[in-house]
Amino acid sequence: MTDRRRITVTVNGTPHTHEVETRRTLGDFLRRDLGLTGTHLACEHGVCGACTVHLDGEAVRSCILFAVQADGAAVTTVEGLAAADGTLHPVQEAFREHHGLQCGYCTPGMLMSITAFLKDTPMPTEREAREAISGNLCRCTGYQGIVRATLAAAERMRGDR
Amino acid sequence: MKPAAFTYHDPRTVADAAALLGRLENTKLLAGGQSLGPMLNFRFVMPDHVIDLNRVDGLAGIAITDTSVEIGAMTRQRLLERSPEIARTLPVMAAALRHVGHFQTRNRGTLGGSLCHLDPAAELPGVCALYDAHLAVSGARGERTIPMAGWAQGYMTPDVAADELLSRVTLTRWREPHGHAFLEFARRHGDFAIAGVGCLLALDAGARVTRAAIVLIGVTSAPLRLAAAERLLVGQPVDDSAVAAAVAEIAPHDAIDDAHVSGAYRKRIAGVLLGRALRAAATNARQGHPA
Repeated sequence: MTDRRRITVTVNGTPHTHEVETRRTLGDFLRRDLGLTGTHLACEHGVCGACTVHLDGEAVRSCILFAVQADGAAVTTVEGLAAADGTLHPVQEAFREHHGLQCGYCTPGMLMSITAFLKDTPMPTEREAREAISGNLCRCTGYQGIVRATLAAAERMRGDR
Repeated sequence: MKPAAFTYHDPRTVADAAALLGRLENTKLLAGGQSLGPMLNFRFVMPDHVIDLNRVDGLAGIAITDTSVEIGAMTRQRLLERSPEIARTLPVMAAALRHVGHFQTRNRGTLGGSLCHLDPAAELPGVCALYDAHLAVSGARGERTIPMAGWAQGYMTPDVAADELLSRVTLTRWREPHGHAFLEFARRHGDFAIAGVGCLLALDAGARVTRAAIVLIGVTSAPLRLAAAERLLVGQPVDDSAVAAAVAEIAPHDAIDDAHVSGAYRKRIAGVLLGRALRAAATNARQGHPA
């Protein structure tokens, strides 16, 4: 017998009500129940950061959080970063300009970590930018471009460019 | 599905949570889930019941008095990290939190979860040991208080019964001016440390130690207060011979040996870190860190 709950989660501004098995992770809920496959799952034990989303504005790992725990909360995924007209978020734009991605697997998690980080730390040093992505693994781009993109996005979001 | 099937409970009060613990078999308490989540996904643990404490009222918060800081077990690590009150009253906790996982895991991780998981390399149990914390545990039979010195009963085994839950932690403030340091060595930022050292030092006008607290993490099966070294330091300036005598007190302890790191290497790293931490804390104390 499976344990199920009816939950309502507001994802990228839209409330979604679903009945889910209580052991369903938030990451699986987003991908399988809502079809929002922008959130990537890789290690599924909280190490690689690919599944990072915002829960009530804070970056969290969606592979080790149950969907039922997000009942009543607001979640932002990578699909919620760009404007409705498709205009990229400044961090996305900077990733494109500075070669912040190659295969793209880690990218959604990187973007969600960095957007949360820049809210707290609008004027990061390079060291702080590196520390902010230390919980997100990239196996191909090599971090240099990601760090450059983070610093460039910070500058642009402060409006001093 | 990653975890094996379980029944989920989300009580709203400590009494309800304790009642569930008393009534159900094979339960697991879910705090921040940053260690339990991976263990469930790997099916290292397969509880029949998961009792989520995230919606329990009154388990999170910080209350400060002249002599102590009381922190609710479900207080998020990120809230402690951002709190200017914690930085003022428990400065070494603020320093240690920077080493706890990553900001994304600190957003969920809790003080109580870290204390109950009790990984030997976890920073927050070490901080609680430094500040002679008392832990309040609730159950159907009422509440009891456990000094941090008796909390670890062995490797990853806290003194909490299957039908009890940790509700709050009271840390004892140092009222005299003092310095602090928290240092650790890990292969990558955010990894569990091979070894870590926290220390608090109070100095007199002649820069001699009047009071010391030293804790090692990641070295023995639970956080280790280096009481013999603390006693040796009192009355001494923090110079080469005092540091060497303190470091020598690490040797008699049994260090964890595993496939990656030998016990001898852990102790060697801990000794180097202890020397650096004592000097940093002494410098910090001379700069007149307020109590």
